[in-house]
Parts: sequence; structure tokens; C-alpha cells
Amino acid sequence: MAEEQRSGALVPIRPPVPPAPPLVDPRLSDVDEWGRSERARALVRLLYDPIYRSWFRAEWEGLDRIPTSGGALLVANHAAAIPSDAPVIIHGIETELKRPVYALGDFLFRRTPMVGTLWSRLGGVSAHPDNAYRLLRQGELVLVFPEGTKGTAKTYDSRYRLRRFGRGGFVEIAMRAGVPVIPIAVVGAEESMPTLWRSTAAAKILGLPYFPVTANMLLLGPILGLIGYFPAKFKLRVLDPVSFDVPPDQERYSKSRVMDEAEAIRVSIQEELHEMLRHRQSVWRG
Amino acid sequence: MGPSGPTERRAQGAGRRVLVTGLSTFWGGRVAQALEADPSVDVIIGLDTEEPTVELERTEYVRADQSYSILSRLVRATRVDTILHTFLTVDSTGSSGRALREANVIGTMNLLAAAGAPDSSVRNLVVKSSTLVYGASHRDPAWFREDMARTSLARTGLERSLLEVEDYLSDFADDNPHVTISLLRFANVLGPDIRTPLSRLLDLPVVPAIAGFDPLLQFVEEHDVVRAILHVMNEEIPGIFNVAGDGRLPWSECASLCGRRTAGILPPFGTERLLAPFERLTELPAEVLSLLRFGRGVDNSRLTSTGFAYSCTSAGAVDAYAKAARLRRTIGPAPGYRWERDVETFFRTSSAVVRDS
Repeated sequence: MAEEQRSGALVPIRPPVPPAPPLVDPRLSDVDEWGRSERARALVRLLYDPIYRSWFRAEWEGLDRIPTSGGALLVANHAAAIPSDAPVIIHGIETELKRPVYALGDFLFRRTPMVGTLWSRLGGVSAHPDNAYRLLRQGELVLVFPEGTKGTAKTYDSRYRLRRFGRGGFVEIAMRAGVPVIPIAVVGAEESMPTLWRSTAAAKILGLPYFPVTANMLLLGPILGLIGYFPAKFKLRVLDPVSFDVPPDQERYSKSRVMDEAEAIRVSIQEELHEMLRHRQSVWRG
Repeated sequence: MGPSGPTERRAQGAGRRVLVTGLSTFWGGRVAQALEADPSVDVIIGLDTEEPTVELERTEYVRADQSYSILSRLVRATRVDTILHTFLTVDSTGSSGRALREANVIGTMNLLAAAGAPDSSVRNLVVKSSTLVYGASHRDPAWFREDMARTSLARTGLERSLLEVEDYLSDFADDNPHVTISLLRFANVLGPDIRTPLSRLLDLPVVPAIAGFDPLLQFVEEHDVVRAILHVMNEEIPGIFNVAGDGRLPWSECASLCGRRTAGILPPFGTERLLAPFERLTELPAEVLSLLRFGRGVDNSRLTSTGFAYSCTSAGAVDAYAKAARLRRTIGPAPGYRWERDVETFFRTSSAVVRDS
């Protein structure tokens, strides 16, 4: 009160609020507010590196198209019954660009004991639009597979045929967050764990989105077949970033514009895949 | 606290007249103590079914029945302008679902009826709710904003009762535009003194966890709870606000901050069904189990944008609890306070007591 009077103002002015000192945050682990732990990632990178280099022999093109700072939404085609593309993409970008990648995944992960926690510590985040928006606004790289389980559920005879890109939600989020979409075409995942047959009944009983019988299961047995990937050669090509000339943080965006942009991105990845497959000599040697 | 809000009443020099519901609860007592320290508050009336559990100087205690049916008479007689509704139960351990729902829902209905009576003097209503209204499910966003709906159906009586209370409150807000209503949704509270289902777990030699789950939890420190209630009351800020410290931390880290370790001793499948018969024993109601499975995060930016500053982060709240727990383990629990009507009457009314003012 005394300060208000001294200021001599006609109207009592609130004293300026001094900037609060940062609060003490006595953390013990490095698990961030999204559940990702850099230490866990570093350990997994160490273990996964031989698989990345010697088994899948991943080869990138156009990694320089991914920005070294600021948010961007990475969009890729999705394949293999237990997706092998996500770890390869994340590992590649994290080792080459030295920046974390958060991967959006099905809500199913969070419900599964062990898997959910591990997935979360390794940078997995539930594919809720608000999660994606916040991460992008924080300036993070976010990886999303718009095909979702439709991509990983497909059988071997429809390999490299991209499914519908959802309802284009990923474009809308990128527009809202004001970040570019960076498409990535991945060749190799389809052959690393080909699905021969899907059981709708088993999926229903187990409450899974799909229940695949893979070639890996037939060769290695039902347990080992879940993790024993075939050594298909991975080739990844980063396409030109797609920016949208719209103001961010709008209440809503034109649905037709969103659908058109999503379809254009889908087509560009599809065509790039065809191009890459045209030049592929062998599934195993690339 | 900042400067007082823009009310004619205070411009005229008259102090506030505040009614605190749930005086004998942890929060009621704390809030009443804080109000007593505020000279701009003239009258503090505390209502509860049980006697106060903390020492109070000038708060006047009124005993009510379970459903607070005395409220309308009380509001009419005392002409209170502010009601702090702190009695909503957010911990379902130790009470039957029906009794709890009765107290939460019927109690609030009586409160709103009293506050919304045609000649009511109430202009300010602060309700202490909980982020339990968001539930905890695998489909949840990482951070709930105040306008987001829960993603799972409310299955426990406690959650349903809180949702019903909020429904009644929004109807009340529509019918009574002249009343400033602040609805605060508090995250899990930890701190030196409060006992909650989670603090009880952290007190155990081995902290139980659901096997295979290490959820991210968010906490608010107990002093920040009282500060938030007084903040919205003093500034008269209408609206719904999440109140939770910054950041989230895994349940296992909460245990390590307390010098404990978690053990996945709760089965990951059918947990609720298996533990339901032993709820009295384990003190693990369904809403705590779903929290231990999926965790919860709420966006606290709406409240901070009104000028509120937290004194603790989520981890800070756990640490505050851990320090107090270590002290308690060494010197034993603090002695409780026993309210005696005769003693209180003596100190407040006897001419033998020398008063400064």
C-alpha cells in the first residue's frame, strides 16, 4: 500500500511483480515430462547400433532436409507386423542429428505392461492431437505414421502400397503448430517381417488391432518370430519439407485443404517408394 | 497475496464475511487459519459435521448434519458474501461409495440452494474439486486443459460424484450470473502434513506399483492449495482452473525421493477386480489404481496466467513430503489438536481474557 501512495499516481498502480526465481526441482532421474529418458535412449542406441549398421545396413538420403533446431513433423510410411521402421528412423536421426525424436504411437502401447513404460522412456508418446501440438510447439521433432495400424496390418502381397493417411489430422496439427511436414520414404521394413495372413478372430479375442502370422514366426517360432527380423536392406529418403502458408493456432482449418495436402504428401511418398523400388537390385543387398 | 479485488463492498470499508464448509477437514482448517491472518476478512464461519482439528482464533464453528441442510438458514442469518466450499471428499478410502456421494452431491446441492436463494448475499463461491474429474486412461492426452473432456467413463462413485457436483455448479453459474464462481481442480496433493492415498503408499517400506507400469504423476504442494484458494477468492477470478505443480515424474522416482523403492506387486491384469474385495485393507480404491497405471497430467497455465505463482514443482511437493516423513519417522507424529467447546467459549467470550483490540 505504501508503495502505491509514493508513486503519486491518480489510480493505484499495482507494484510490478518481480520475476520469480526458478523453483527448486529436486529431480533424481532424467525422465522428462513426456516420459522420455535420454539415459535410456543412450543405452538403447548403444545396443541397437549394431542392428542398425550391420543387420539392416540403414542408408539415408537427404538427412540435411531435417532441421537441426525447431519443430518439424516427420511423416513416414509404416510397415512390418511389429514395426521395424520406427526404431531405424529414430536411431538414424538421433545419431546423425544429435537431437531427440518423439514418436507418436497407438494408445495400445500405454495399456500394455512393460512395453508401455519402455516405449514411453524411449520417446514414445500417445498419438493424441494435443500431445503432437505441444511437442511441436516445444520445438521437438515428432515422428508420425499416418497410416497407423492399417499400414502395419497389411499383408505381404500389398507391400509398399500406402494406406489412407488417416483423416489428414497430421496436416492440421502441423498447420496449427506452424511447423513443416517432412515426408520420409522407407524401403526395407516390409520385407523385414512380412505378414502372410491375418486372423480376425484371434485379434478380437486378444483385443489387438490385428493378429498377424508372419514369415518370421513360421521360421523362428511364435516367440522369437516377434523380434527376429529378416536382414532386409533399409533405405530411407527424406523428401522436401512441406510448409503450409496458413497462420498457426487457428480454431479450425479448411477440411478440404487439409485433405488435399495430406493426399499430396501421401502421393509424394508413394511415388518416391516406386522410384526407390525401381532402382532396388535385391531385397537383402539393396 | 496481491491487492484486493474490485468490489464495492471493500471500497466502502467493510470486510469480507466468509463461510468455510468442511472446517474439520484438512483444507477447511488450513484455509480458515489463513483467513484469520487476513485483516480484510471480518467474519469467518466454519461449518462441518465434526469438530475442528486445528487451532482457530476467531473462526466460529457451526455443527451441521451430513447433508448440510442447515446451510440456507446459516447463510441468511450471517449474510456471508463468500463461500469457500472445501469439503468435497476426494479420497474414497474409509468411506462407503454411497455415503461419500451423498455428502459430496447432496451437500453441494444444499450449498448451491442456499447461495442461490433470491435474497442471498453470496457474491463469491470457490469450490475445491479435483483432477479426478479427468479420470486416468490410456487414451488421455499428456496434459488435460480445463476444457478437455475425460476419455473414459467415470466408473467409481467418487469420480461420478465430483462430475455431478461440477454439473450442478455450471447450472448454478448459468442461473446466477451475479455470483463469481471459481472452480479449482487440484492434482494429487503432497506435503509435510496431509495424508492421502498416495502418501500412505509412499510411507510403506516397499512402495507398491502395478507390475510393468511406471506412470508419470503430477502433484501440488499443500501450501499451494491454500494459496490457490485464497488467490482466486481475493482476486475474484471466475472460471475453472487446474491447480498442479510444474512437471511430471515417474512413480518410481517419487519413491526414490522418499528413500524407497517401488515393487511391482500389484498384478497388471484384472487389478481392480482382484483388489476390490480388499479395498478396506489395501486402501487402494479404483481411482488410485488407474492413476498408478496411467498417471495423469494437467495443464496449469490458465491459473498461472492470472498471476498465481507456485511455490513448488511436482518433484518439489514430493520432496517436501519426503522431508517431513523422515522427521516423523525419527520423532513420531505431531500431537493432534483437540477442540473443546468450553475452552473455545472461554477464550472467545470470557471477560477474564485480556484482548488487545
